[in-house]
Amino acid sequence: MDSTKKQLRIATRNCGFIDPESIEEYLGVRGYEALANAITSNTPAGIIEEVKKSGLRGRGGGGFPTGTKWGFAAANQCDEKYVVCNADEGDPGAFMDRAVLEGDPHTVVEAMAVCGYAIGASNGVVYIRAEYPLAIKRLKKAIDDAREYGLLGQNIMGSGFSFDIELKLGAGAFVCGEETALIRSMEGNRGEPYTKPPFPANAGYWQKPTIVNNVETFANIPAILIKGSDWFSSIGTEKSKGTKVFALAGKINNTGLIEVPMGITLKEVIFDIGGGCPDGKEFKAVQTGGPSGGALTYKDADTPIDYDNLLAKNSMMGSGGMIVMDEDNCMVDIAKFFLDFTMDETCGKCTPCRIGSKRLWEILDKITSGHGTEDDFEKMKSLAVNIKDTALCGLGQTMPNPVLSTMNTFADEYIAHVRDKKCPAGVCSNLLEYFIIPAKCVGCTLCARVCPVNCISGKVKEAHVIDQSACIKCGACIDKCKFDAIVKQ
Amino acid sequence: MAKITSVADLKKFQEDYKAKQAAKKEKIVVNVSLATCGIASGGKTVMAAMKEEAAKEGISNVEFMQSGCMTYCYAEPTVVVTLPGKDPICFGKLDETGARELVKKYLKNGEVTGTVIPVNYNRVEL
Repeated sequence: MDSTKKQLRIATRNCGFIDPESIEEYLGVRGYEALANAITSNTPAGIIEEVKKSGLRGRGGGGFPTGTKWGFAAANQCDEKYVVCNADEGDPGAFMDRAVLEGDPHTVVEAMAVCGYAIGASNGVVYIRAEYPLAIKRLKKAIDDAREYGLLGQNIMGSGFSFDIELKLGAGAFVCGEETALIRSMEGNRGEPYTKPPFPANAGYWQKPTIVNNVETFANIPAILIKGSDWFSSIGTEKSKGTKVFALAGKINNTGLIEVPMGITLKEVIFDIGGGCPDGKEFKAVQTGGPSGGALTYKDADTPIDYDNLLAKNSMMGSGGMIVMDEDNCMVDIAKFFLDFTMDETCGKCTPCRIGSKRLWEILDKITSGHGTEDDFEKMKSLAVNIKDTALCGLGQTMPNPVLSTMNTFADEYIAHVRDKKCPAGVCSNLLEYFIIPAKCVGCTLCARVCPVNCISGKVKEAHVIDQSACIKCGACIDKCKFDAIVKQ
Repeated sequence: MAKITSVADLKKFQEDYKAKQAAKKEKIVVNVSLATCGIASGGKTVMAAMKEEAAKEGISNVEFMQSGCMTYCYAEPTVVVTLPGKDPICFGKLDETGARELVKKYLKNGEVTGTVIPVNYNRVEL
């Protein structure tokens, strides 16, 4: 181990190293050994105990202890149980699950079979979005090959344990990543969540005990079983063990997939691994947890990243999207962007989410257009809290998070939009004015010619002027000017 | 293809596989990252160009393989080349020209060229 390297790859240990379409290569890296050991020389209770001891928590975002969840399903006496892999990855800018499925599909297949043995299920289903054609192709091949080798199917390795996996393709609705909506969708119904309890571990798919785990959660299982729970629980923080895969996207130099031990600081992720923001711009914030999470800022740079610390910062782990923002991003606009996403993706079943999202978005739109008043802050806060308290599922309950978190951390930006009618980052076009600096303008007329509404006037070789009442703030002039004579404020 | 019907079968398969891998040590291995992202940024073109160039240069001691995500989105397409007896090197930001250059310089003469991506992680090997 090289201690200067900040990343540790467990869930993505094989991605980029083996041919995902070759079961031989997976077998060569001790593939299916965890399953073999489990079904031939361990008991279901033994496996669950090992997973519990490892401290592994759900990587889809909720962070529920995986072993405990498996224990619930195992305790149910039922003729039929199900193992479901949630591969309905939908956060904007997140692609962790896709990378695992495209790079190492067998690890998921193996882990699902292990889970099946542990809880007493013989059926597995992968719910994967249809927008991931290559992941689907490789996963299908992995399942077929595993069957061919006798690693899925009847009486695996003569142990008497049988398990098989089928795929269900999702049409790409964000809400279907929520486990109850996912189960509804798998049953052929509209992808709408229902109230828990009953929890899926007691009555899920076709009312049978069902374990729904995320791709990355599964990808950790073979490593835990081979290297042991003590090894796994030695990595990470007190309450968050192991590693987390993040998709670093946005205003960052080294865009990419990273896997880091829990407890790493934000600073290490953004600067040491991510290489900071491009063009020497100032790092401003990072959105974790996608549209359900919140913004961490440079003030949180030394916060160790784990489930509990992120919750304490009004954000959440989420599935692992990290969208980095620099000084050029307006936080009000960002909140509006995420709300726009959840507003589109709300299933419409419950009123707080369906209508609350729309009303909240409208207030943000009012603020970014320069019509906001200070009353709006109170309105937004009370609406947001109401939505959180009353929405049916995780989508609605977390949807106001980006608004609350940015209002909390970037209150000054909200105030600037409302009180001074200014957008400090220069994003909200209604609050901007374009000016020509006379000293820099050489009168080349280029801006006047490119202006779509002809609001720039001036004689050749003399400083030009923008007519503010006619300007539509399209920015065409600023792009064309070769002398940096046009500024927006 | 033989079914794996016992733990012993699995162990035997692993042994056979290790032997096969050991035999590969004499070969140049070119591993092209071909996940959706790698393909979208031109990974398949890079692989085809390298195969063609290797044939042209008469390098026959080479094996091409595909793999999934190498995690360096900012540098796609990426390729990891392992010369016999040497540590693997990851080359990024390749295009068709860069790919051909890589074959002519690194595969043929061991001369490092283009953008080398530093490995920034520890990896758990089971």
